[in-house]
Amino acid sequence: MSVTLQDYEESAGTAVIEELRTLADRVRGRSMRHVNSTSVGGGVAEILTRMIPLLRDLGIDARWDVIKGDQAFYNVTKAFHNALHGKTEEITEQMLDIFRATTEINLREVDLDSDVIVIHDPQPAGLIERKKDLGRQWIWRCHIDVSSPQADVWNFLRPWVEQYDAAVFSMPDFAQQLPIPQFRVAPSIDPLSDKNKPLDKAYILQVLEKYAIDPGKPILVQISRFDRLKDPLGVIAAYKLVRKRHRCQLVLAGGGATDDPEGAQVLSEVRQAAEGDPDIHVLDMPPFSDLEINALVRASTVAIQKSIREGFGLTVSEAMWKNKPVIGGAVGGIKLQVIDGVTGYLVHSPEGCANRIAQLLRDRKLRERMGDNGREHVRQNFLVTRQVKDAILGMLALDHPGESVVNLG
Amino acid sequence: MASEAVNPGEAFVFHTEQHLVVLTGRNAKNLAELLEHLHKVSGSSIFYHTHYLFLTHNFGKPRFHNEFANWASHALQEEGLAERLTAIDLLAMTSIHDLREAIVTAVEKYLDGGRRLRECPPGDEFHFCEAKSFVTPTGLVAHDTSELFAMVGRATDACLYFHFFEARLRLERPTNDFSMWLRNHGEPRLAQAIDRLDPYDATLAELREQIMKIGKRRRT
Repeated sequence: MSVTLQDYEESAGTAVIEELRTLADRVRGRSMRHVNSTSVGGGVAEILTRMIPLLRDLGIDARWDVIKGDQAFYNVTKAFHNALHGKTEEITEQMLDIFRATTEINLREVDLDSDVIVIHDPQPAGLIERKKDLGRQWIWRCHIDVSSPQADVWNFLRPWVEQYDAAVFSMPDFAQQLPIPQFRVAPSIDPLSDKNKPLDKAYILQVLEKYAIDPGKPILVQISRFDRLKDPLGVIAAYKLVRKRHRCQLVLAGGGATDDPEGAQVLSEVRQAAEGDPDIHVLDMPPFSDLEINALVRASTVAIQKSIREGFGLTVSEAMWKNKPVIGGAVGGIKLQVIDGVTGYLVHSPEGCANRIAQLLRDRKLRERMGDNGREHVRQNFLVTRQVKDAILGMLALDHPGESVVNLG
Repeated sequence: MASEAVNPGEAFVFHTEQHLVVLTGRNAKNLAELLEHLHKVSGSSIFYHTHYLFLTHNFGKPRFHNEFANWASHALQEEGLAERLTAIDLLAMTSIHDLREAIVTAVEKYLDGGRRLRECPPGDEFHFCEAKSFVTPTGLVAHDTSELFAMVGRATDACLYFHFFEARLRLERPTNDFSMWLRNHGEPRLAQAIDRLDPYDATLAELREQIMKIGKRRRT
């Protein structure tokens, strides 16, 4: 059964739901079509799965379509993705031809008959060609960091991007200089998903038992892929410093080691660093472990996200939603989520991380206060209801270009 | 809108606002670049970076609400400047123009000391943004003073933010909308009492409590 807006009242608050309905009255009956490149897997599909029913519940004719592409096309878009992130990729003319040809097919086949068309990421960006004959309002919603792209790929995409009525980025740091209006819409978490929904204490204990984690000893947790940029070895180093004076255990849980050779290497190094300490639990979780991940975070005393480079890092909001103080690396979107000294701490080194862990382990009241602040911060700024609101504001923004204060009477 | 809410003889119409954050594409990595952009960005951008955190971080009091101060401290380690920017008396400002001048003057004076420009670490650049605000009536309408105070208790944080911060500085009204309306309705003492509140030293929840307290005192 599809979720309704009412289902979010308890988590988001009555006022938020009422404000959403008031705003939606201004666009009721209009149609909004989202187009991306995959219906399952990945953050975009995850958020659209939740947003579409909520937009429909608000009286907006929201639809979601997925472009078609063969393996050759997706190999090209994978290379594009890496190149846009600043990793060097060889882009051949043949690859550009494959991208153009797939775009041509989708231009003929994708139904774009809506008032507002939101195109997600570079893969379907060329659909803007239809603006010439369809008109309508077009938004390019870019979820990835294109601030330092490889020039040939960006130069290929840019003429399309510049035809949109607006571009939307997750953070200012991800954006590009463009001649069209640009908006910031932060990603969000779904409080009703398996990753975030409330859990029974019995289930949480059962998960701890399954992984041989002691429920009676403070738990430090970092949830992330086994990736050097998440600095799992730095987290172990911090834990070892803390452990000299404080009784605690460390849980490093994540996936991605099975289909990524570098991930497997990092996992092996992490296991080596953890060797001989039964209080370090290194858990290589299979896909679809959201409920167990949820339980591990709920069981924790302090959550850590000590990345040395990060996109947005929604695991931070996921932990804060569970009233956990979060110690995060001062990078990327972590800086937007962790308010230093209010919802947790921003750190720059394993030593800094260790100091803050020790401080939090010593002070239950501080943990509780930061945990409560964190949950409220997420409630106000990082729930899916806020992202639904931003989608509606995006529609309204296109109706009122150039106005900084819009009176909706 | 705000002006409609405070006309003499008329009811007070509570409004609220929602924001979409606009990226201006202007970025600074040192104080010289910051200063250059400070002269050129819209008033809306100056307002955003000095006020937005009062709305989005309103459950606690971070060290800095002023994002210019926050950046000077965290990205540049220019604590002296951060302190001077934090000390700008927002309540004394009557226009964004004055506020911009105050910020520019603080940065210029700091740089006049002949100090060497520090560059922020990569990834810590200051990104100038602004808010596109969408104002809507909340459905709450007060016809007399008692109703006004009763309804303040039901007003959301965004509603208070609009009538206190946005109306006064961005829409350049002489004071907050509540005081304006009370003054027009023969309640100068209540208006003055609300005028004396410092919204920059409270969370919006605290501000709501303080206004309600003034309303209660009136009855006793």
